[in-house]
Order: sequence, then C-alpha cells, then structure tokens
Amino acid sequence: MSDKPKIGIYWCSSCGGCEEAIVDLNEAILDVVEAVDIVFWPVAMDFKYDDVRKLKDGELLASFINGGIRLSEQEEIVKLLRKKSQLVFAFGSCAVMGGVPGLANMNNRESIFKRVYKEIESNDNPENIVPQTEFKLEDKYELELPEFYDSVYPLDQIIQVDYYIPGCAPAPDTIKDAFTAILEGKLPEKGSVLSPTKSLCDTCPRKDTKPDKIEIEKFVEPHQYDKLDDDRCFLEAGIICMGPATRGGCGERCINANMPCRGCYGPPDDVKDQGLGMLSALASIIKPNKEEEIPKVIETLPDLIGPLYMYGLPSSILFRKKIK
Amino acid sequence: MTETKFEPNIVAFVCNWCSYGGADIAGSMRLKYPANVKLLRVMCSGRVDPEFIMEAFRRGADGVMVLGCHPKDCHYIEGNYKALKRFNMLRPLLDQFNIEQDRLYLDWVSASEGEKFARVAKEVNERITQLGPLNWKEVIGQHQSREV
Repeated sequence: MSDKPKIGIYWCSSCGGCEEAIVDLNEAILDVVEAVDIVFWPVAMDFKYDDVRKLKDGELLASFINGGIRLSEQEEIVKLLRKKSQLVFAFGSCAVMGGVPGLANMNNRESIFKRVYKEIESNDNPENIVPQTEFKLEDKYELELPEFYDSVYPLDQIIQVDYYIPGCAPAPDTIKDAFTAILEGKLPEKGSVLSPTKSLCDTCPRKDTKPDKIEIEKFVEPHQYDKLDDDRCFLEAGIICMGPATRGGCGERCINANMPCRGCYGPPDDVKDQGLGMLSALASIIKPNKEEEIPKVIETLPDLIGPLYMYGLPSSILFRKKIK
Repeated sequence: MTETKFEPNIVAFVCNWCSYGGADIAGSMRLKYPANVKLLRVMCSGRVDPEFIMEAFRRGADGVMVLGCHPKDCHYIEGNYKALKRFNMLRPLLDQFNIEQDRLYLDWVSASEGEKFARVAKEVNERITQLGPLNWKEVIGQHQSREV
C-alpha cells in the first residue's frame, strides 16, 4: 500500500445526495484521489466493516460522515470510525443538524412503524409485522437487524465531531475548500463550520431590492404569489426565506433558481437554534403593532416547524415533539 | 405517605425599567406572591430571545413569564412590541411541539403596579400547577433508547 494519507467516507440516515456531491466534484476528484487513499466508502466501493476494524487507531487521516443517526448500526460504525480517525468531519446538513430525515422527530418509533408497516394503503401485511431486532427461524437461524431509534440525532450528539461541512448537499466549492484546507494543513480551530459565518443575506444577489425596513401584513407561499419578480427580496414579498438565519457560502443556488432559502447551511456561529433565530426575524417584520391584529398575520402561516426546522429539528433546543 | 403537592418551576423574565420595578414595589408593599416564580432581570422584554424561553423549558421550567412595560411605554420605544410579536409566534410553535400554549405567558406590568405583579404571579402559578409538570428532560430522555 502507498503511504498516502487514508480517508473514509460513510453514510448514515441520509439520501445519498452527499456522496453524489463528492462525485460532482468532477475532475477535481482526481486531484483528491491523487493525494489520498480512500479506504472505506460503502456506497461507491466494496469494503467491509471488518476492513475498518483491522485498521490501527488513528490510522485514517479523516472520516467524512454524512447523515444523522437513526439506527444502532450507524451509531456502532461512527463510533468505530471515530476511534480509527484523527479527524471526523460531519458532512452535509443531516450529519450537522439532523437534516430533512430529522423531521421524523415529530414522531417516534411506534408512530412511524404504525404508519409505514400497518396503515399505508398499498401495504400487504395482514399479520402486522414490524421490524424486530432479533428473529429466530425454526431454531436454526438467528437473524439480527439494527435497532430503530425513537429519534434522529445529529452526529455530534453521538460522537465528537472536529469539523462541520454544511449543505444539502454541500456546494462543490465548500467541499473543494475543505479538501484543500485538509491537504495543505490550513484547517481552522477545531469545532469550526467550514463555511463563512455571515448570513446568506450578506451575499444575496437580491439584497439591493431589500428595503431598509421590511414590513409585511401576511405571509404567502411561493406558489400563492403570482408576481414574483426575479430580483425581489422574498421576505419583502411575505415569503419565508431563511436567509437571515442561515450562513452563506452555498453560492445562492436556490435564490438564483428563484426559490427562497430553506436554511440547509445551518445557523451562523452566534445562533444556537436556527428556527428560533428565524422566528425572531419573522416576528420583527410583522407590520401591525396592535395586539388584536398581530395574531391575524401569524395565522397566515399554517405550519412553523416545516419552514423553520426543515433541516435543524434534532439540533434545535427542544430536540423533538412530545409524544403523548 | 402523603402525596407531595406539585410545585411548578416558573421562570419570569422581567424588564429592568417597568416590571422589575413592579416586582420591587410588590416587595416593599409586603404583598405575597409564590416563591416558585424566579425572576430574571433583562434590560427589555425585547431582549428576551426565543432561545432563552426554549432553553428554560428544556432545562426544567414548567412555565415561562415575560413581563414588560405597557405598550407605548417602552424605555426603548418598541422593545415590548417585539416581545409581543415573538410571543404570538411562539404560541403556535409550542403547540406543534405539544407544549401547552398557556405555559408561556406575556403581560405588561409598570413600575408602580406592585399589586398587578403579585396577582399575575399568583394566577400564572395556579395555571401552571393545574397543567402539571412539563419535564422536558424526560421527553428527550424517554425516547433515547441508546446508551450515552
């Protein structure tokens, strides 16, 4: 084997878009492969967990882990990777904050199993079988499945994380900058998020149309708005755009596609709970000041968890919904 | 053994210019109010970040009160309106987390309203006592099947 530094890439509760983002580096990935050996990447290459177990502690220079933690198997492997790696990178919104799968914290194991295995109309499951962690067949076979947890956890609630690469999926530039920093030894302080801490509004191509003081009388969804100009500030139009509570660095991909920011890069450094940061921002742009008029504006927002916590429910202060 | 009565844990954010004065007057007037209400002085009710409120719930508060100057009386002109708007947005959010909306309470208490302060503290205490413990630590804990 060569003496190039070794890295591992693993996925947990995620969609695979993060792996796609690595492949999307195009020819730049060749530079990466030239500089490092990828010794573990279950999605793309044939390695077994035992290959990782055989490594010496700290033998991997870095592990890139995407996805939140939902299953006992994922917890086991990320703990193993933590032991074998000098640096652990939470890669993508799900590992950093829980991500879209983290919205499952509005449910628990019981309600999810009930819906998925018992209620869904297209199911054919007359015996109402749900996944079990152990199963014995005729005393001959003992089968095991990972445990499905009640909640989804961001990576740093399970293991210590050294750096965060946010994004759903991380933008090619964010990934390239991260790789360059690792290879050139120019990483910032541990615990840093490898993206600028200024809010997205700071680099927004529409910031010129944002008035000094935004005042709105109702919230609208993008599809309810028939005159959306290509250069009009979304918030000013009454559309929830997570820009004020989201860090920049993504390249404003959504804004350029005429869609408001959904917050995948997570909150800036000084905000702990992205949804509450945004709630504060939204409250301050409501125009009426009268006690009886304010609730009417807020009633135009049927759901708050969806827009405020699309990516960050498991890393929010309250973490999950209370199931009665 | 007799069952111990539930004593709620209530965090009250009171603004420096009005409501803290109101609480002070309540003290000078020797009015009684429940000791469960724990005062935290902030410069303005508009300084109460929603994060403070949620953090209080997460760390074991059963109820949170925000008290500020009456409308048009804010020392910083419109800090209390900010508090009012946040309060109105937090209520449906709490509902979605399955936290009773009444656990969060907002009211205006001026620096001369010692009696109102004592009355509000008593009312909120009664209301939260009726709602029972929130125990958010347990809500998070009971779903944690993993070993930590």
